[in-house]
Amino acid sequence: MGIEVMADIRKDYVYDLIESGKRVDGRGFRDYREISVERDIINKAEGSALVKIGDTAVLVGVKLEPGTPFSDAPNKGILMTNAELRPGASPDFELGPPNENSVELARVVDRGIRGSEAIDLEKLCIEEGEKVWMTFIDIHPLDNDGNLVDAAALGAIASLLNTRIPNDRYELTGEDTLSIRDTPVAVTMIKIGENILVDPNLYEANAATSKLTVISNADGTISGIQKSGTDGLKEEEIAEMVELGIEKAGEIRKKYLGDIEA
Amino acid sequence: MKEEKIELIKDGKRLDGRGFEDLRPIKIEVGVLKRADGSCYFELGNNKALAAVYGPREKHPRHLQDAKTAVVTYRYNMAPFSVDDRKRPGPDRRSVEVSKVSREALDPVILKEYYPKTAIDVYVELLQSDAGTRTAGINAASIALAAAGIPMRDLVSSVAVGKIDGEVVLDLNAVEDNHGEADMPVAMVARTDAITMLQMDGRFTKDEFERGLKLATKACHEIYELQRTALIEKYSESVGKGEE
Repeated sequence: MGIEVMADIRKDYVYDLIESGKRVDGRGFRDYREISVERDIINKAEGSALVKIGDTAVLVGVKLEPGTPFSDAPNKGILMTNAELRPGASPDFELGPPNENSVELARVVDRGIRGSEAIDLEKLCIEEGEKVWMTFIDIHPLDNDGNLVDAAALGAIASLLNTRIPNDRYELTGEDTLSIRDTPVAVTMIKIGENILVDPNLYEANAATSKLTVISNADGTISGIQKSGTDGLKEEEIAEMVELGIEKAGEIRKKYLGDIEA
Repeated sequence: MKEEKIELIKDGKRLDGRGFEDLRPIKIEVGVLKRADGSCYFELGNNKALAAVYGPREKHPRHLQDAKTAVVTYRYNMAPFSVDDRKRPGPDRRSVEVSKVSREALDPVILKEYYPKTAIDVYVELLQSDAGTRTAGINAASIALAAAGIPMRDLVSSVAVGKIDGEVVLDLNAVEDNHGEADMPVAMVARTDAITMLQMDGRFTKDEFERGLKLATKACHEIYELQRTALIEKYSESVGKGEE
């Protein structure tokens, strides 16, 4: 009960502050917390990135191994995205099988990569109908202070941009780098009262009634949207959020993914 | 079977003969199950969805109760025989996500605060699937909730829009979904125009997205009228016969 009362007081505090034009950590409504992206920090992984957005930290690792293609796509590699909300990252996460939040996180990140066709899956075919590269993106949140999805999505594309294909390990020949054709970036926004805020921290996310993630590509097209939360959004609000999401994604792409040839 | 490029639009018509802004045929039956508190059978083209609602009833186990409101659960389930390749029974990652967004689509209209410590359980079964299943499920569930007599602010209506052969079209069927370029399921509260579910995959330009959302909004209003009519017909009939 104590925790619930505290949570309600905190919600009111966050709400009142936002109504007066301020955020808990002093940011503007359209500002991200400080972002950092460190690539290639896990040698054993074919690609990896540690993304921090404020105090939120997500480690993403990419592994590749040969496998059998799906029968309806015999010439295409396989992409699988998984997320585990481990208890070490938050007192609110519990051990056990994936729940709806971890499934949603993984599927939204997956949708962005897939929709943008960032990975040329046909290039991951080793032998048609027999053997293809299976690409596993594993999302590993280390510390949850809100907005895991943007950090995870950024970590996924940053990792993929540096992913090596482990031909030697499986005694295969072929290209050694994964070819990446686009750079989808996720931007999450919430609505509190009548205000739209970018990059909610945990307090803000808990006080918000609706949340929208927009994943957009280098050419400004959209390759994924996910609304969540228990309140509706107006068409105009969604249009505003989509526009803002594309703008913010552009800034993030330029700053954190720009030094890599996409 | 190798993926082949097929033409989805011929002479301005879609393969099933529909125009770009046409819904598939809809059939609604209210109160089709005896044991459920509320139920609805909803057909959208070849989709056959059946929703059963129980509650408000006591929530078990107790520690999952909410002292302030009812707890809504929503389970979306595809029957193993509902698709071409048999679906393995039980929840998979897709159905877990669909259940979550569907619950959140309906949550805003349910007056949960009237029934603290209770459960309102919504079970949606897809007996046959042909793309747009989550939207058919939400339409069915919304009616079933009303049929269960659960106080609601309004009904929720849902439809998907997508992109095929470069055109933004309404309510994709399975062939269009499999070979199309984008898919965007939407749910909304018609009376207030509040959008309570929005997902998108594939690729849309901003302009296509905006046109798609407008198209979906318009179609949700059409579906809303059908939902209302089905409920009114069902219950004015029973009043007429002197039933409850």
